[in-house]
Amino acid sequence: MAALRLIVLAAGLIGLWQLLVLATQVPPYILPGPLPVAQALIDHGPLLLKHLKTTTFEIIAGLLIGTLLGVSCALTMIISPLLKRWMQPVLVISQAIPVFALAPILVLWFGYGMASKIAMAVLIIFFPVAASFYQGMRRTSPDLLELARIMGAGPFATLRYIVIPSALPAFGSGLRVAAAVAPIGAIVGEWVGSSSGLGFYMLHANARMQVDVMFAALAVLSVTALLIYFSVDYLLDKIIYWEPSKGI
Amino acid sequence: MSAPTIQIRDLTLRFGSDAPLFDTLSLDIAAGKTSCILGPSGCGKSTLLRFISGATGFNSQGTVQFSPSEASTVAWMGQDDLLLPWMSLIDNVMLGARLRGELSESHRRRAVELIARGRLAGFEQTLPQALSGGMRQRAALLRTLMEGRSVLLMDEPFSALDALTRIRLQDLSAELTRGTTTVLVTHDAAEALRMAHRIIILGGSPAQVKTTIDVHTRPPRSPDSSEVIEHYGRLLELLLEDHH
Repeated sequence: MAALRLIVLAAGLIGLWQLLVLATQVPPYILPGPLPVAQALIDHGPLLLKHLKTTTFEIIAGLLIGTLLGVSCALTMIISPLLKRWMQPVLVISQAIPVFALAPILVLWFGYGMASKIAMAVLIIFFPVAASFYQGMRRTSPDLLELARIMGAGPFATLRYIVIPSALPAFGSGLRVAAAVAPIGAIVGEWVGSSSGLGFYMLHANARMQVDVMFAALAVLSVTALLIYFSVDYLLDKIIYWEPSKGI
Repeated sequence: MSAPTIQIRDLTLRFGSDAPLFDTLSLDIAAGKTSCILGPSGCGKSTLLRFISGATGFNSQGTVQFSPSEASTVAWMGQDDLLLPWMSLIDNVMLGARLRGELSESHRRRAVELIARGRLAGFEQTLPQALSGGMRQRAALLRTLMEGRSVLLMDEPFSALDALTRIRLQDLSAELTRGTTTVLVTHDAAEALRMAHRIIILGGSPAQVKTTIDVHTRPPRSPDSSEVIEHYGRLLELLLEDHH
């Protein structure tokens, strides 16, 4: 049913797109129709695939490292109130500075390779994961904590069996948001400076006025972003089996 | 482990700078019996139970003494079942042992046996959300009993259940807690008369023990037993005096 819904949605959007092109008569170098874009997808398929591999790797690596850092940060803040007081401002600053402004600096530091793009993705992913997991742990039911205390649980056992599982649904929400925005970091990083990736290929096509290729790259990126999001969503539903997400 | 008596002496308790809930309250809980604490809403019944459990979060003076004194003897059951939704029924029942890092095969055997006595056999691997309200509360009772503690503190454990399920659980509880020092907080006179050996009625502000009623027949008692009929009217009158 979900697959059918996606097909209908995609067909509807492509139909609207075609209608827009026909109704406005915009020249193809401004807005190409679906057919030239499909042709570009076929013609540039192997190259798009090569660049897709780079971008996908950057997104997934960023997602993994960002999640690991976010979880570690949240756990540290829960375990140590002293460290929390030091870390909280850093956490806020990490979001207050636009990640786009940091992109040139990251490229300068980490070079034109994948590392700077992964760092960008990590910066974007880190905050929603850390903030949601931390808030989830903080909101553990006081009654459950009291029950654990009466049962003679130590702090580590309380964290492991009560606090962390209680926070997993909130963590899942944060990770879903992170998975949805993760491609932004990788693509922005590629725009600022790279020699590979879909962002790089889009800039390359733009310089040559190949708008249909740009749209083809965008379509590939959108499908990849959807696949990553739904994979994360599926995995989270399996891990947080007692509270699966509802709807899409 | 022999069941202890509980002695509360000169308890003065307040939240922050509020008026005290109790002012030099003293009362005794009999060893190995079920004592019911009855009183109007807000008189401090649940807070008294939390004080006995060693909870913090209020200003208190006075003592609670278990005799013979034993470390870590208390188990707790509240109105909410507090079952962990990420654990199966049997894992919930064994939660205390797991939290203390003591979980062993003997705990598993005892849990299986208790689950059977609680008429939940076959649901060992079921998650709590797939159980009915009555089954969940039964599981919570089994988790409390699994602790094998000599003192059981129960805070309106059956109040959210329908009448028939409540009676079934009261009977099961009376059967399984025999010989344990049990303090049951309730606002239901019928429940107190069904389950308690001693009924302690709190009233006034700050709350004091208004009266104590000893019920001699063995619980659980039928509503039409002569002792229940004898005390029910008086109990209601005493409760209505403080009801606003």
